[in-house]
Amino acid sequence: MQSSFNKAGVKEDVDISVDLGGLKLKNPVVVASGTFGYGLEYEDFLDISAIGAVIVKGTTLEPRSGNPSPRIAETPAGMLNAIGLENPGVDVFLKEYLPRLRDKGVTVIVNIAGNTVEEYARMAAKIEGNEGVAAIELNISCPNVKKGGLQFGTHPDTVKEVVEAVKKETSLPVLPKLSPNVTDVVEIAKAAQAGGADALSMINTLLGMAIDIKKKKPVLANIFGGLSGPAIKPVALRMIYQVYKEVDLPILGGGGIMSSEDAVEFILAGASAVSIGTGNFVNPRLALEVVEGIRNYLQEENIRSVRELTGMAVIK
Amino acid sequence: MPTLEKGLVILHNRLARDFYEIELVAPLIASSCKPGQFVHVKVGGTMDPLLRRPLSIYDVDKKLGSITLLYKVVGRGTELLTRVGVKENIDIMGPLGRGFSLADNQHVLLVGGGVGIAPLVYLARAAKEKGCQVTVLYGAEKRGELVAFERLRKLEVDLMVATRDGSAGHKGLVADLLHPKFLPPKIDFIYTCGPEPMMALVKKYAEENGIPGEVSLEEHMACGVGACLGCARKLKPDDEYYVKVCKDGPVFRMDEMVL
Repeated sequence: MQSSFNKAGVKEDVDISVDLGGLKLKNPVVVASGTFGYGLEYEDFLDISAIGAVIVKGTTLEPRSGNPSPRIAETPAGMLNAIGLENPGVDVFLKEYLPRLRDKGVTVIVNIAGNTVEEYARMAAKIEGNEGVAAIELNISCPNVKKGGLQFGTHPDTVKEVVEAVKKETSLPVLPKLSPNVTDVVEIAKAAQAGGADALSMINTLLGMAIDIKKKKPVLANIFGGLSGPAIKPVALRMIYQVYKEVDLPILGGGGIMSSEDAVEFILAGASAVSIGTGNFVNPRLALEVVEGIRNYLQEENIRSVRELTGMAVIK
Repeated sequence: MPTLEKGLVILHNRLARDFYEIELVAPLIASSCKPGQFVHVKVGGTMDPLLRRPLSIYDVDKKLGSITLLYKVVGRGTELLTRVGVKENIDIMGPLGRGFSLADNQHVLLVGGGVGIAPLVYLARAAKEKGCQVTVLYGAEKRGELVAFERLRKLEVDLMVATRDGSAGHKGLVADLLHPKFLPPKIDFIYTCGPEPMMALVKKYAEENGIPGEVSLEEHMACGVGACLGCARKLKPDDEYYVKVCKDGPVFRMDEMVL
């Protein structure tokens, strides 16, 4: 392996900044919605302003108390969750949390989830003009709420409609988060593009379940939950690869990333940036360790910019 | 302040079938933790099982900078933990959660059952240091599972035990010892940790006698810091919102909850 040394024998710095359809990130590693709270919960463990961006917990128009317990279950190399979008609502987020994150210099992406197309649009309108928001991620793929969420993300027509409605209300980059619980993810990605999406976030969790054989009942009170963690990595990689080939939009890719090697795989498959989710629970410093790992990889591979790496493994 | 620390294992003993104690040198955690708080432990280096295991702090040696954890093997995670050897490092996050409140010079009663004795041992040590009169009621299935007995005895607390099979102390439930003839005349505060039916009886006794108290709850957790909202629980059935056992607890006031 060749390192990129300049004439003075000093390792040359590599460029790890990225731009996802107008969303400019100082590094290509973000933390996924629902796995990092509002970022403040993890302040004791790392400098949250050094992360590419923090995608905050899914936010709704009205406060939600979430699903009954048990909400989580550990599964082989992964976990199921059915939190049910517990959050204090968009108004409280903008008033209580956003100013604190802004003061700390955190790059914030707001994840929004609505019951109706109008709710998505209203939330985007409320967020518009608030300083300190870098982008909006559209949660059109939450498997754990009865209304909204997944039902929006599994039909191309509604995906297009939601993205269009939000784009009308905001000047921020909009990233719909795609569900893996579909037959053809490329069709959904194309619908998001037709609606005006600036980039794509993928993937959300896979719908799954676990059963307690002693109680002879589902483990989760919600019966079904979203599967995440290393168990879903091959599925996520495959979907990102497919979409990268067919759709000309930057991809924020994730699904079970536990190391910088995993992250590089996602970038090689077509992701412009990566999201760390369940891995945060195992190692709260993972996001920044992945940033360093990507930097080292680029130096070792003699690649000047992480942007050159995107899609390099895709066979045309 | 919570941190991530590599704890060097200096002692790891099997105390009874399925009961182990492990002592780790972790100076940052040892110097800042309080009774009732827990650490989130990464077991094994593989991705399966994936998540950390929350274990309450059983004892602390501030001089040595070590913490001791008491755990019972209940599944694959804790089973993997038994295989960790002395001189190895374990990745731990902590101290986490809200611990017990503790005032000086009080008459306190601690009621623990099974592995639930763990946080009460550290609490007993802290209470003695604060000049409290400490009475401990300790219940287990049988004599061999009274694994914290020696540690409590050395702390010179007033100790009464109960076993289900009668092999030591009172035969029956530890809650049977909640009777004026066994207890000091004055109790200012009651703490309990263990199976929830036991804690419900302790809480009932505390309420009937107008004594304030705290309980320590157990819940499956993912993040341990209040971010994932996985360890949600309604303290009262009619509450609109869920508390997070990891962040709002694991210690809760008896009067704010129904057991």
